[in-house]
Amino acid sequence: MRIRLDPDRCQGHARCFGLSPELFDVDDYGYSSLNFEGEVPTELEEKARLAIANCPEYAIEEVE
Amino acid sequence: MDWASDFDVLDPQYIADPFSVWDELRQSCPVAHSSRRGSSWLPTRYEDVTALAHDIEHFSSLEVAVIPFEGEAPQEPLLAYGLPPISADPPLHTWTRRLLLPWFSHKKVAGYEPLTRELCRSLAAGLKEAERADAAADYAQQIPVRVIAHILGVPPELSDTFTGWVRDVLEFADDQQRRRAGMQALIQYFLTELDRRRANPGEDLLSSLLQTEVEGEAIDDSLVLGTAALVLIAGVDTTWSAIGSSLWHLATHEDDRRRLLSDKEVWPLAIEELLRAYSPVTMARVVQRDVEFAGCPMRAGDRILMNFPAANRDPEVFEDSDQVVLDRARNRHVAFGSGIHRCAGSNLARMELRVALEEWLAAIPEFSLAEGAEVTWAGGQVRGPRSLPVVLR
Ligand code: HEM
Ligand code: SF4
Repeated sequence: MRIRLDPDRCQGHARCFGLSPELFDVDDYGYSSLNFEGEVPTELEEKARLAIANCPEYAIEEVE
Repeated sequence: MDWASDFDVLDPQYIADPFSVWDELRQSCPVAHSSRRGSSWLPTRYEDVTALAHDIEHFSSLEVAVIPFEGEAPQEPLLAYGLPPISADPPLHTWTRRLLLPWFSHKKVAGYEPLTRELCRSLAAGLKEAERADAAADYAQQIPVRVIAHILGVPPELSDTFTGWVRDVLEFADDQQRRRAGMQALIQYFLTELDRRRANPGEDLLSSLLQTEVEGEAIDDSLVLGTAALVLIAGVDTTWSAIGSSLWHLATHEDDRRRLLSDKEVWPLAIEELLRAYSPVTMARVVQRDVEFAGCPMRAGDRILMNFPAANRDPEVFEDSDQVVLDRARNRHVAFGSGIHRCAGSNLARMELRVALEEWLAAIPEFSLAEGAEVTWAGGQVRGPRSLPVVLR
């Protein structure tokens, strides 16, 4: 599984970081980024899906 | 009352139960209109509320009060820029927001947690021996104002005074005189404080704003004043309402109370679910130029009530939207807004809500609504219980 976070859409709700701190970083302004490259570790796929389903700005998505 | 064409957000029945009104409007007239307090629109669908929030070109934040000011806004020259960033559009919004955000980052907020916990613990300890308590007035209301006082670097003894001013401005906004007086007192207080900090800078937000330079120049006093006032106004009533509504829920839903007591894992989702179901905050926008939105002919100068609470109850987006489902896994709620004005204090608000509930439940695991008790709710810009009598057992 691969995911993408669109920095132009992210408004810093920090829902992703709150639910899955293993996958995301937040900066001092509250905006979020992925803290890994490549595939989501298998054991964290559920958490990645949770982050996707809770972002109010639709900023995170699964990519092929 | 015809809610589709003549709604009144201060109607006492609506304040007590807005949910059934929104359910009906979503079916019959999803963007309602009223000419009370000027021409204004009330969207009730998630899709519409978020679209409005993102269209900053047509819908400006220059007026965000749900109850409009009659006549001139108070202290016009002192607050030349209003209360930025909330009452600003880009470009002013962009940089004034960036000044504030680092004060409420995840890391910073973690630093405010110990004092919040200590405060909640001592409040709960003071209540738990009694048979009854007012969970809103004696607990929820006491918490956020003290945390904000700390961040602004003002003495905690002033907390009750602050609470009074914020209630005058938000809760009693329909009493134009009272609201004006509250705002004036608040501004006057911060004016004096600015002078004090200029002479004697501290580590607080006010001192830091005074020392901040933007493009080589100190920022205008009226901006510092507006921002300080905003932090107080936005950070107090809102959060205490969220804590109060959550305690109301737990006082009336034994199964959910038990679940929180026994299941640590559910907390992160549960906090978001309580925020969704009892979203306290409605904002406003002002229409910049005539536009048709969702079939409604909106005119320049009309107001839009940004009904984030109703969006969060939209059955199109949330399954069993009228139920509190503590472990709701798909929850794109917009209690903190949507788009560029996303609540700058959302990390702080979440921490306060979590710690307040943790410490209450640790001290008072068993409680319920007092029989025959009258719960009173405030509404308008911010909805939450003002009196919440509970029996402790
Ligand atoms: C549960 C508690 C809270 C709720 C539900 C809430 C809700 C909101 C909402 C809906 C907005 C968006 C305004 C808009 O779209 O016009 C907002 C903005 C804001 N809130 Fe909160 N808020 C809460 C607590 C706080 C706290 C504790 C602070 C502390 C400082 C705060 C500071 C702000 C600021 C500065 C803005 C303006 C952001 C901007 O315009 O860019 N809020 N809040
Ligand atoms: S939940 Fe969405 S908007 Fe919020 S920080 Fe994460 S990516 Fe950004």
